[in-house]
Amino acid sequence: MRFSGLRVLKEGLTGNRGWGPHWRDPAPKPAYDIVIIGGGGHGLATAFYLAKEHGLRNVAVLEKGYLGGGNVGRNTTIVRANYFLPGNSEFYSHSLKLWEGLEQELNYNVMHSQRGIINLFHSDGQRDAAARRGNAMINQGDDAELLDRDGVRRLLPYLDYDQGRFPIYGGLYHRRGGTARHDAVAWGFARGASDRGVDLIQNCEVTGIDVEGGQVTGVQTSRGAIRARKVAIVTAGRSGQVAAMAGMRLPIESHILQAFVTEGLKPVLDNVVTFGMGHFYISQSDKGGLVFGGDLDMYPSYAQRGNLPTAEHVMEAGMALMPMIGKARVLRSWGGIMDMTPDGSPIIDRTDIGGLYLDCGWCYGGFKAVPGSGYALAHLLATDRPHDSATGFRLDRFRDGVGLMDEEGTGAQHNTH
Amino acid sequence: MRLTCPLCGERDLREFTYRGAALTRPEGETWGDDWHDYIHLRDNPAGENREYWAHSTGCAAVLLVTRDTRTHEVLGSALAKGGGA
Amino acid sequence: MRLSTGGQIDRSRPLDFSFDGVTYSGYHGDTLASALMANGLKVVGRSFKYHRPRGIFSAGSEEPNALVTLGAGARAEPNVRATMQELFAGLEARSQNRWPSLDWDVMEVNDLVADFLGAGFYYKTFMWPKAFWEKLYEPVIRRAAGLGALSGQADPDANEKAFAHCDLLVIGAGPAGLMAALQAGEAGVDVILCDEDRTPGGSLLSSTEDVDGMAAPDWATEAVARLAAMPNVRIMTRTTVTGVYDGGTYGALERVGRHLQHRPGPLPVDCFWRIVAKRAVLAAGALERPVAFQDNDRPGVMLSSAVRAYVNRYAVAPGSSVTVFGNNDDAHRTARDLLAAGVHVAGLIDARHEATTDLDLPFYPGAVVSRVTGRMGLETVSLRTHKGEVKLQSDCLSVSGGWNPSLHLTCHLNGRPVWDEGIASFLPAPEGMPGLIPAGGAAGLFPTWEALESGRAAAARALEEMGQTVPHQKVPEAEGAPYKVKALWHVPGKGRAWLDLANDVTVKDVRGAAAENFRSVEHMKRYTTQGMAPDQGKTSNLSAMAVLGDATGRDVAQTGITTYRPPYVPVPIAAMGAGGKGRGFAPERLTTSHGRSLAMNAPMIEAGLWYRPSYFPRTGEKTWRQSCDREVGMVRQAVGIADVSTLGKIDIQGRDAGAFLDFVYANTFSTLKEGRVRYGLMLREDGHVMDDGTTARLGPQHYLMTTTTAAAGEVMGHLEFAAQVLRPDWDVRLISVTEQWAQFAVAGPQSRALLEDVLGRDLGGDVLPFMGWIPVTIGGVEGRLFRISFSGELAYELAVPARYGESLFTQLVKQAEARGGGAYGMEALNVLRIEKGLLTHAELHGRTTAFDLGLERMMSRKKAFIGQAGASRPGLLAEDRERLVGLRPVGAVQMIPAGAFLFTEGEEAVRENAQGYVTSTAFSPTLGHTVALGFLKSGPDRIGERIRMVDHLRGVVTLCEVCEPCFLDPEGERPRA
Repeated sequence: MRFSGLRVLKEGLTGNRGWGPHWRDPAPKPAYDIVIIGGGGHGLATAFYLAKEHGLRNVAVLEKGYLGGGNVGRNTTIVRANYFLPGNSEFYSHSLKLWEGLEQELNYNVMHSQRGIINLFHSDGQRDAAARRGNAMINQGDDAELLDRDGVRRLLPYLDYDQGRFPIYGGLYHRRGGTARHDAVAWGFARGASDRGVDLIQNCEVTGIDVEGGQVTGVQTSRGAIRARKVAIVTAGRSGQVAAMAGMRLPIESHILQAFVTEGLKPVLDNVVTFGMGHFYISQSDKGGLVFGGDLDMYPSYAQRGNLPTAEHVMEAGMALMPMIGKARVLRSWGGIMDMTPDGSPIIDRTDIGGLYLDCGWCYGGFKAVPGSGYALAHLLATDRPHDSATGFRLDRFRDGVGLMDEEGTGAQHNTH
Repeated sequence: MRLTCPLCGERDLREFTYRGAALTRPEGETWGDDWHDYIHLRDNPAGENREYWAHSTGCAAVLLVTRDTRTHEVLGSALAKGGGA
Repeated sequence: MRLSTGGQIDRSRPLDFSFDGVTYSGYHGDTLASALMANGLKVVGRSFKYHRPRGIFSAGSEEPNALVTLGAGARAEPNVRATMQELFAGLEARSQNRWPSLDWDVMEVNDLVADFLGAGFYYKTFMWPKAFWEKLYEPVIRRAAGLGALSGQADPDANEKAFAHCDLLVIGAGPAGLMAALQAGEAGVDVILCDEDRTPGGSLLSSTEDVDGMAAPDWATEAVARLAAMPNVRIMTRTTVTGVYDGGTYGALERVGRHLQHRPGPLPVDCFWRIVAKRAVLAAGALERPVAFQDNDRPGVMLSSAVRAYVNRYAVAPGSSVTVFGNNDDAHRTARDLLAAGVHVAGLIDARHEATTDLDLPFYPGAVVSRVTGRMGLETVSLRTHKGEVKLQSDCLSVSGGWNPSLHLTCHLNGRPVWDEGIASFLPAPEGMPGLIPAGGAAGLFPTWEALESGRAAAARALEEMGQTVPHQKVPEAEGAPYKVKALWHVPGKGRAWLDLANDVTVKDVRGAAAENFRSVEHMKRYTTQGMAPDQGKTSNLSAMAVLGDATGRDVAQTGITTYRPPYVPVPIAAMGAGGKGRGFAPERLTTSHGRSLAMNAPMIEAGLWYRPSYFPRTGEKTWRQSCDREVGMVRQAVGIADVSTLGKIDIQGRDAGAFLDFVYANTFSTLKEGRVRYGLMLREDGHVMDDGTTARLGPQHYLMTTTTAAAGEVMGHLEFAAQVLRPDWDVRLISVTEQWAQFAVAGPQSRALLEDVLGRDLGGDVLPFMGWIPVTIGGVEGRLFRISFSGELAYELAVPARYGESLFTQLVKQAEARGGGAYGMEALNVLRIEKGLLTHAELHGRTTAFDLGLERMMSRKKAFIGQAGASRPGLLAEDRERLVGLRPVGAVQMIPAGAFLFTEGEEAVRENAQGYVTSTAFSPTLGHTVALGFLKSGPDRIGERIRMVDHLRGVVTLCEVCEPCFLDPEGERPRA
């Protein structure tokens, strides 16, 4: 069924009885050409692009819980292309271009809102780093503007310019950056993939990966064995456990990242603002909640929840930067499991096991990558060649040191990125 | 979360800094799989994990902590110096 | 309407307040909600989506409707629950989410077109034309959404955070909580009893039952008095426990000053508590749930327990003719209490066929309410009885659909509640909530006696688990009739029946979501937004899950519920972020010369947590550049003084100190002679440069390391790790002495003469050669003099114990000024180091290697060190890596902004062609042109090449010559002079 304003009108007039399921609920078949483990944003996008771009429809996405229940459903919804190291630059640039046509491509309103992101800086040294980043973004063909203090003040009059512990020198403005409705992204890709014949199988936990003679042959699941020529592990924070089923150890440590949302408020914050000195970023959802977050809790965790020290620090940073949010009340906090890599950048690659592919290591930045990652992994699965946008995401870069993408410059301890 | 420093007693999480998985450092001077394993690869268990924590705003002792990554339950902590005994 | 007698309000203390600009009167002891109700107001707000008129629904923090804005100006506070706000004189409240007024709200048009605005409609439209989303649709949606508004001004109010520790935390001071606290208090352990109400007592305060032979509120008062007399018990009222965290840590929000018209002095609005408890009893009670039927959101439809609270506690009749509807015995209590208070009851409707009553009122067993009417206030209630439809005239409908244990906190550590058929609700999970013991209503034990006994038992269990003896504690006599309920979630019928009042989610929405295959509870929640409003679905979640279950052919147990996450009630950012405002966010570290620098009018800039002087302006200097150029000239030609105390200083001692330094530095230190200083390069284990600095050998087993200001903390942590974990058997001890020593650079050709004067001794080449140090005495104070240079000049650094820092700085500056020099700041320091090609974290940015920096020869081949193996990876030694070079402009444009990129001449400025980038730049007054440092692919092989520099952001394009990264005295003769 095609969605449109007209359709909404027609259904409204006829009792809304015509709406059907957004995706099918098929039983798993005994065999597929490609099995994608993980029904999150990346897995669903991969399935969509496999079907759409490569005509590969004998594909299953296996999800142990419900579709979109992982990090795609528990993030702060920021979409941007403001990386500065080769490898990342071209990938996120490509991903943002996909975002820019996503509603039309999916026929699903994911509410991609290019409301602009301002990364604040607080010293001459940080201005230099922001300038390098901005110039790299323009080198890549994306947009960036360097704002001085007055330029920031015009956009964000509510920041504390006078009393702040770290005075605002200016900001790097990325107009095409913004937000999207996170759940809708998962649902839109799911609907698009399902409509094109991909089987989305929920409540289907993979319990084993079958490998014979160095070649993957299928998976064991809570709903029986499924044969497959190719298997992709797209399980974010759970990548380590799933890869271990194939005897692999990954360069990944799973950490908790908390996020917070306030009660609904009338529009007060029109952009995405990030405060690097305070590890704080914030935007306001279309529903009115202030959505914000900070740094990792800094210990490995699979609990999908965090602790008070980080939560308090995030809110202290918010008060330092924009004390006008003090009377907003935090409604809910949650945590996602971040697949942290030694350089803070992701992996989309083949493995030493034939037919087994990896898409992981998205750290705390996987949401904006959803279309790009799905596109690149689909390309790799279909052609066995990395997509041009993702040649830098090699698994072996840590071993050989070639093309490391340590944007934070904090080194190989996973949680420091 | 609260961790027990053998020198200072039980303290709030905010006094400590996580310092990575507790692994044995290779001593070889040239790069190899052992170093790749040590620096990059992780078992990353969903369950008991052995990890180093520094009591960074306390006595500066580095602790070897055993902790469940699913529940955050702390199963044991000892001074890293002396092998965590 | 206020009842003429009764209640726990203080009729001797009338209070005036205003709502939407109209002045009303209430009493001390009222909430804003009870006072509004007493004044006959029916409509207090508008709903989120359809802007339907809404009235007060509950009497507690679960309120979905009665959210108001309190106060005005910068103090305006949106989304305040009228049901929780204590009334005070002069309180100003305004209704929300309506325009132009509460009675006439244009957005109510949404209600007329609701058929087009069902759950998730926005995912299906607003896609064409593409550009209209940000320009039209989204702004309209944003303006329509949201409830109250922030003022947009900085929050002027004070807030606090605090820690508390106890043996037993009792959450909730109703019957179970009071008994738990009494039991534990008598045992002598430290108890904290928290309750979100102003008065402890919980459900007892609204009850007409007897406890221990006295009125329930009186028993509560007496119990509180007994607890208050125990020194080991702390009672915290107005305090809601908001979250459970690991290790027995609880978050709690205390509303400290919200009930006061004028907060005295520094009294905060809120205090956010971190309570650490060995054990906790969850005695948070239970929340009543409504029943969904057509138009059940109309003003006047109210929870049954709320009706009792308003009548019994606040002496307010919520209507002149009340209809009571329920599926459990609680409805009968409400009817009885209403009659006792003299309020007319239009009828008692019990969905259970077998129900009976001895009350003198129209009774309808086996009937249900099918719809109500009354847009701005309830008018009629329609019943579906076995005899047919009955319509009652009524302006208030009390609804009781049963009780849900307040088990939210038991889910915060991922405990999953379990379905209980007996109470038709979920009970706390038996596992997954370490240290937290539910009691009373929170454990599904609703009758008062059961709550009392379970509170006692929970505390007894906690005491036993803590190894304490359990003293005998008598449980008072109280009502103990078992709770009986027959599940009733929704009365089928026409029209819309509301589940989530706060987010305007109806039965139809949930069914529609299921039809669109949003069958998982999480999918349904996210698609319909049920449970995501400010009340987090406290009164609606279970019914919504039941309706979803019904639509998908599952029972509630199979359907499950969504996860409860902190906080239990919304917490202001200002409370949890208390202390962060203004300069409080991070500590301020000040050098000993800070005051002197300020006195010299130096602008101070942040360097990590430190403040350092940017430059020292002199009369006639109009720009920082003028001052900076002069200060550079002073150092190059005379002598300058700079406070360098912010550099990290680490004292390293022990038999293995030398070996340890060999291990943590890439170059060798064990061979360093006493009295000598060496530049050291420190790598991370992954082979990249972490930091650099100098280390002096003070004695046979004694070294002093300096680090950069930025990395001091990181390096200290790294060294501790290396010493304790990697080399645990070595005899080495570390301590930071950064703050113990004040240290000043004395730099320039006249530095030696100046210091000879100050110290009164000869400092000739043999006495103190370059890269040496000597102990010195200055004014009787023992200090250290290092001959090191970060300027490329003949230079020293003089260190004294910090308490002498200010006086030494003053003296050095005076001496320097007498020689044509003076103090210099960070700007000049930076120019001086760039002229010399010396590094800071602009170059040591964490991605560079010794090889990149031209320092590969510092990596010793004779000993093992941290980072050695990592640095030998092929990728870290590739010839075409971006490596350090100097740059000078050769074109017409003389600027080289840091952050600009480098391209081969004639190539387009795009990523694929990028050859490198600029890290540091300065105008060199010494050389009369701009000098810069940067990284360039195969840089050292390209010295002399012309390269194009592009700064897109600032529109600067120029040609540069690649040169050695040292612009002055490349042989290094000056510092050795």
